[in-house]
This record gives sequence, structure tokens and C-alpha cells, in this order.
Amino acid sequence: MSSTDLSIELTGLGLENPIILAAGVLGTTGTSLKRMAGEGAGAVVTKSIGSEPKEGHPNPTMLKLDCGFLNAMGLPNPSYKDFRKELSIASEGGVPVIASVFGAHPDEFQEIILGLEGASAYELNVSCPHASGYGTVVGTDPVLVEEITRAAKRTTDVPVWVKLTPNVTDIVEIGEAASRGGADAVVAINTVRSMAIDIHSGYPILGNLYGGLSGPAVRPVAVKCVYDLYKALDIPVIGVGGIGSWQDAVEMMMAGASAVQVGSAVYDNVNIFSEITSGLSAYLKANDHCLDDITGLAHRKVEQ
Amino acid sequence: MRPVNAEITEIIRETPTIITLRTDIELDAAPGQFVMVWVRGLDEIPMALSHPGSITVQRVGEATEALSRLEVGDSIGIRGPFGNGFEVKGEGRGDGDGGGGGNGEEYGDEKGNKIMVIAGGVGGAPLLPLAQQAQSLGLDVTILIGARTADELLFEEYFSKCGAFSVATDDGSKGHHGFITGAMDQFNLAGFDQFYICGPELMMKSVLDILQAAGLEAMAQLSLHRYFKCGIGVCGACTIDPSGLRVCRDGPVFSGDLLIKSELGKYHRDATGKKIMF
Ligand SMILES: Cc1cc2nc3c(=O)[nH]c(=O)nc-3n(C[C@H](O)[C@H](O)[C@H](O)COP(=O)(O)OP(=O)(O)OC[C@H]3O[C@@H](n4cnc5c(N)ncnc54)[C@H](O)[C@@H]3O)c2cc1C
Ligand SMILES: Cc1cc2nc3c(=O)[nH]c(=O)nc-3n(C[C@H](O)[C@H](O)[C@H](O)COP(=O)(O)O)c2cc1C
Ligand code: FES
Repeated sequence: MSSTDLSIELTGLGLENPIILAAGVLGTTGTSLKRMAGEGAGAVVTKSIGSEPKEGHPNPTMLKLDCGFLNAMGLPNPSYKDFRKELSIASEGGVPVIASVFGAHPDEFQEIILGLEGASAYELNVSCPHASGYGTVVGTDPVLVEEITRAAKRTTDVPVWVKLTPNVTDIVEIGEAASRGGADAVVAINTVRSMAIDIHSGYPILGNLYGGLSGPAVRPVAVKCVYDLYKALDIPVIGVGGIGSWQDAVEMMMAGASAVQVGSAVYDNVNIFSEITSGLSAYLKANDHCLDDITGLAHRKVEQ
Repeated sequence: MRPVNAEITEIIRETPTIITLRTDIELDAAPGQFVMVWVRGLDEIPMALSHPGSITVQRVGEATEALSRLEVGDSIGIRGPFGNGFEVKGEGRGDGDGGGGGNGEEYGDEKGNKIMVIAGGVGGAPLLPLAQQAQSLGLDVTILIGARTADELLFEEYFSKCGAFSVATDDGSKGHHGFITGAMDQFNLAGFDQFYICGPELMMKSVLDILQAAGLEAMAQLSLHRYFKCGIGVCGACTIDPSGLRVCRDGPVFSGDLLIKSELGKYHRDATGKKIMF
């Protein structure tokens, strides 16, 4: 590439560019992850993997709305025992492969991480339903998030990222818990709780009745979460939510993101990764910036 | 898009296990494109369009059973059309190069004009509009349909009006006795410019093997069935090995030369993503 170098070091991993495939999007198989690496992703995150096979929620599981996307996949996955093979195929893509894992308690996270040895890093998806008690998720409980993060760190030597849910009063409190637990980075945000109803019949459309919003609609929410986390934490923040262009990536970085993830935008174009990196590279060159100059720039402007 | 409301206007009993539901909506779709059919409160499943406002459903499980119980005046939700659909070469919207096989030269003059449609079972649903379109474009159409038994032959009457027509049944109750591949023997395959195939996976694999043996795999278009969740190319449930292509978005129609080097006929994945061997 004759244009600006976009390579970064993120929690000890070397990435050729900071545009990462987000969890749960085209990440069900090794060859699909490999394909996304080929489309220019700087790293890829797998579908969230659990300890037992899970079919996920009944269809409809995803809808495109005018403002974004609504999904309730329900964490379908073949379990770590079966996913191991896919992980090694994904590694042939030549970019870091981050295994997203989910569980209900620290032991379960440990079991899955051990079972998925060989990942470049682990992303803890703490957005799944709590083992005891309904209606809450692991990721809304700072004590549990800290324990899970600490357990994961004890289990592996590779970096541990913690993916945060925006469905809390104060995301910073959860981010701080992850940081205390030893997280190498936090990833924000997962989808925003939401719902759609069919006006012809009155039925909620998603098989699970409600789900999570992603895409353009959530970008301002994500920008604010990333802004707040950057301000409060000493570890890197990886920004995700509604990024579909290099401009969106720059905005997220200015809020404080060291790298960004792209999920729903593969809908428009699977080549989105190359598209964003070339736009980002041209932007940096035109402004004589490097990535470090723009990460957290909004904070420096406010402080001035 | 949110599901569009489609009211059932007519129900046609095609075979003992297959019905066609005609609805009050019309979709502008290419042959081979599909819709996601929402049986409210139960499930949403992919279905080909057998006509701009119709789906043709074989009863195999809970959702198709529920569709089979619907009555005129009931309604379903429809998202789509999605996917790529078949490419009709005669129409000139392809890359023009169907001649990957060895015998392209001899038939260069009429390239794209002579096609064979091979339908197994409910695989006839996406192929009927294809055969009808090809016929209206003036292509020379040969149709082969197969089923377990005579009663299960789908769209016999409509297909027979689209061109030269033959039938195969596993039990010999009509036409060629045996698999559809056996009925292919009577034709000089090299004389065809394009093959359109949909049916049970192992049938498609056998047909493709025969075409490959004749060096014709690049001239085949096959519509694939994989487990769909989102249906719009985002979740990754339907991707195939080793290309990582999405059946719901990059497909469901793929060329034979791509599929010959794929998981076709070896395995597919269930709702969890686990491989299931054929
Ligand atoms: C592009 C495409 C076009 C299709 N067109 C037609 C058609 O025109 N007519 C027709 O009768 N059938 C068609 N099918 C197959 C149809 O989708 C399945 O038969 C249907 O989903 C079965 O659902 P069920 O609840 O009745 O069966 P279940 O008991 O749930 O499952 C039986 C089998 O159906 C398949 N299946 C179930 N759910 C799904 C799903 N969400 N996505 C894909 N497969 C599933 C699986 O192979 C499963 O093993 C098509 C499939 C695809 C992918
Ligand atoms: C279809 C779909 C499936 C997802 N699955 C997961 C998952 O398994 N684990 C996870 O941590 N996040 C999952 N997410 C959330 C995304 O990783 C991301 O955080 C969110 O979609 C916001 O980013 P986006 O707007 O770029 O999609 C999923 C999102 C979508 C759209
Ligand atoms: S079903 Fe989701 S990508 Fe095809």
C-alpha cells in the first residue's frame, strides 16, 4: 500500500489495520471468517461460542428496518467441542482470530476458553442470560463481570477483551469492573434492546419477541459509550455499533476507539473492510495524521 | 424490510404432499429467487416463488405442516424476494461465457439457446418460472422431472407445455424407471448450452457428477438448500465450504464448477452450525 500505514498493536496483537469483523456476523464457520479476512478485515471475531450446542431462537431472527437491523439469533452455536476445527480453518486467513465466548458463570467461561485453545485472543460476551434469575444478563452485574474476567485471565495467556452491553444505566461501571478483573480491552457496544410488531396482525415479529438493535440507528449510542469508557479507563476501547463507512470509523476513533468492529454493514457489502481502510488511509494522509492522532481527539479538543 | 402481509386467495393441491398457495401479492422476482415465509407465532422459512404471488410447499415438518393447514382468507408474512436467482443466458444478462466445458465450440452459434431443466421433487418450484421464462424467450427447452412415484410428480402439466418433456419415477410408476440421472442417458448432453437443476441434494450431486464427466459442469446452475436464519446475508448460518459464500445472498443458485469443489453432497449444517453428513 502506498497510502498511510494503518497497522496497529492492539493488546499485544499486531493488526494490519484497525477494522475488525464483529462477533456473530458471518462468523459461524472457519471458511466464512477466512473470507472476511480476505475482504480486508484487520482481525476477525467468531460467532459467540458456548459449552453446549444451541439452535438459537426460532425465526424470524433478523429484520432490516429503515433505521438499522433488529436481531434475536439466540446465540446459535455448535459448542466449543465442534467449533475447534472451524477456529483452526479461520486461522488460515492470516489475520488474528478472536474467539467470542459466552457462559453463565466464571467456570463455564474457563471451560470454553480451554476448549478453544489457539485463538489469538478471547472476547467475553457477557450479554447472555444470567444463570440464576431471569431477565438480567451477566453483563449488567459488575461483580460477576469482574469475576468472569479474572477467571478468563487466569485461564489464558493471550489477550482477553470484554464486550459490554449498552443496556445498563452506566456502562462505565461495567467497564471498570472488567478493567479491575484484568481485561486487556473493552469492546462497546453489543446491540440495544428493542422490538418490532407486525401491524397487520399484532404479532411481535421476532421469534424471540424482542431482540437487539444494530446498524446506523445505534451509532450515536455507541459513540457516547465509547467516549465515556475512554475517559474512565486506562485500557483500550474497541468501538462497535453502526459503522458502515470510513467517516463512521473516524468518528468512533475520535470518541476514543483504538480500533473498530463492523457487523451489520456487511449487509450492504462484504468488501466493507477494504472500503473503510482505503478511505481511512486517504483521510489520514490528506490530514497528515496517524491513527494515534485521532484516537480520543474529541477529548483533547474538549480539554483545550 | 418488515414482512408484507399476503392473504391466501387460492390453494391448489399439486400432489399428496405438495400444495401451492396463491396470494394477493405480486413480487417482481427473477426465477430462483426466494422469500422468507412467516407463519406468525411459529417460524419463518425460505420458499422459492413458483409464480410472482405463489409458493409451492412440500409438507416435511412443523412450519410446512402449518402452511398446509391454511385456508383461503388466512394470511402469512413475506419478506423478499432475496438471493440471486437463475441466470438465463439467452436473455444476455450473463457474462456470456458459458463455454467452460470442452464442447462449447461446436455449438457456438446457438450458445445459450438449448437448455435442460432438471427438477427433482419440490425442486420444480423455482424451476417452473425459469422454464416458462426460457420458453417465452424462444429458447429450446428440454425438461426432466423426477419423483418417488407418479403421484408426486410436480407441475407435470405446466412443464410439459414449456418444451420437450420427460419423466422419471423411482418406482417406475411413470416414465423412466429409476433415478432422474438414468433419464439423462437418452440425451446428447454436449448439445446443451446450459443446465438448470434443483432437487434433493444427492440427486443434484449425481446430476453434477454426470455433467462433470462430460466436461459440462461450468454450464450448470444449481439451486442449493441450506439452513437459513436471517435470509439477508448477515448472520452466516448458511455459508458453504470452502468458499465461505452465503447461500441466502450469494446464492441460492451457484454454478456447477464452483459446487463441484464444495461441500455439496458431503455435508450441510444444522441450526447450531454443526456439520451433518449426507
Ligand atoms: C432457497 C430455498 C428455497 C426453498 N424453496 C422451497 C420450496 O419452494 N418449496 C418447499 O416445499 N420447500 C422449499 N425449501 C425448503 C424449506 O425451506 C424447508 O422444507 C422448510 O424450511 C421446512 O420447515 P419445517 O418447519 O416444515 O420442517 P422442520 O421439521 O423444521 O425441518 C425439516 C427440514 O427442513 C429444513 N429447514 C427447517 N427450517 C429451515 C430453515 N429455516 N431454512 C432452511 N431449511 C430449513 C431442514 O433441512 C430440516 O432438516 C427451500 C429452501 C431454501 C433454502
Ligand atoms: C446477526 C447478528 C448476530 C450477532 N451475534 C453476536 C454474538 O454472537 N456475540 C456478540 O458479542 N455480539 C453479537 N452481535 C452484535 C455485534 O457484534 C455488534 O456488537 C452489534 O451488531 C453492533 O454493531 P453493528 O452495528 O456494526 O452491527 C450480533 C449482531 C448481529 C447483527
Ligand atoms: S441465513 Fe443469515 S447469512 Fe444466510
